[in-house]
Amino acid sequence: MKGTEAFKEIIPLLTDEPVIHANGFICRESFNQKDREGNFYMIGSMGLASSIGLGVAMCRPNQKTIILDGDGNVLMSMGTLAMIASAAPKNLLHIVLDNEVYESTGNQRSLSKSIALDQVAQGAGYPHVKKVTKKEEIKPAFEELMGKSGPSFLLIKVEPAFEKSTGRVTHTPEEITSRFMKALAATDGRSPL
Amino acid sequence: MASSKQFADLLSTKGFNFYAGVPCSLLSGLIRVLEDDAQTSYFPAVREDAAVGLCAGAYLAGKLPVLLMQNSGLGYCLNAFTSLNLIYRIPVLVIMSWRGEGGKDAPEHIIMGEINQKLLQTAGMCHSVLSADNYQEALDAARGKINEGLPYTLLVGKGLFDEGH
Ligand SMILES: Cc1ncc(C[n+]2csc(CCOP(=O)(O)OP(=O)(O)O)c2C)c(N)n1
Ligand SMILES: [Mg+2]
Repeated sequence: MKGTEAFKEIIPLLTDEPVIHANGFICRESFNQKDREGNFYMIGSMGLASSIGLGVAMCRPNQKTIILDGDGNVLMSMGTLAMIASAAPKNLLHIVLDNEVYESTGNQRSLSKSIALDQVAQGAGYPHVKKVTKKEEIKPAFEELMGKSGPSFLLIKVEPAFEKSTGRVTHTPEEITSRFMKALAATDGRSPL
Repeated sequence: MASSKQFADLLSTKGFNFYAGVPCSLLSGLIRVLEDDAQTSYFPAVREDAAVGLCAGAYLAGKLPVLLMQNSGLGYCLNAFTSLNLIYRIPVLVIMSWRGEGGKDAPEHIIMGEINQKLLQTAGMCHSVLSADNYQEALDAARGKINEGLPYTLLVGKGLFDEGH
């Protein structure tokens, strides 16, 4: 499956969850397929989508938080997997689009061809870990993990497929912050999951 | 314990309610107070930049975060400060130990001790030096910047907080 196809599967499954996106094409593809107020697009700070997502999940126990990460981003911040497993927020789903390359910078190989990120997450202590390779598997795996008490990890193996012409996120960073915070505040008052 | 406790209480009074970081012996007293107090929680991050991310997430989720770190971790954080906090207007109060201040410290701290303030300034990070007699003013200045959506750093020299080490 192509990376872009994986987004086509994931996006219709989202409701009002905050989704923290890793930098590069992951932001751009998601933004162009379907912009959402609850999308936090990291335009820089490679490696930090996971720690930002952890912070959101820890402080918003009333809703699921989703991290949309890349293999290069995860490898850069492997220590954050330990933080997530240790903090153990029940309401966190960590999705990794693993194309085994740094696609955003020209498809240079990353280490994830030989380093199994699902096993790394499992070893770190995520209680629920799944790996999928076919697009038909995404919806059932996503629904299963969303129903679990997390943190959960969904590794989606994909082929590089982003179009270079895919535009950048057009919101300014300040706008991304304020609309994201507004979207979160709209769910105030819910009881914890 | 007096100074750490007093400062921690003041942080709560000023609305700070999320703590994360990587320890420094100069901050050990403060971290102990935060960990011992059931009202506050301190999360041990694995690296300073991951703590910046964690604090950013906490802020987005409605908290007012404090990051505790040694100045040795400043280099790890510069990308996060400049490509996250400053441009997204995501504030954080950074309590940074000033190792190497005045050139008196272990060799590994001397260069950073000397360039610490210059680095912060170059990166556009507002900061001031905390001392026993300016807790109120320093935190008011910090709150002022944080209310504008900007990060603020307080440098902490040796001996200010009762050190367990
Ligand atoms: C600290 C840092 N180093 C390098 C880069 C350049 N860079 C931007 S996106 C990216 C690749 C990210 O890889 P991955 O998470 O696998 O996502 P993909 O591009 O494959 O979708 C790189 C290396 C950066 N933005 N920041
Ligand atoms: Mg990749």
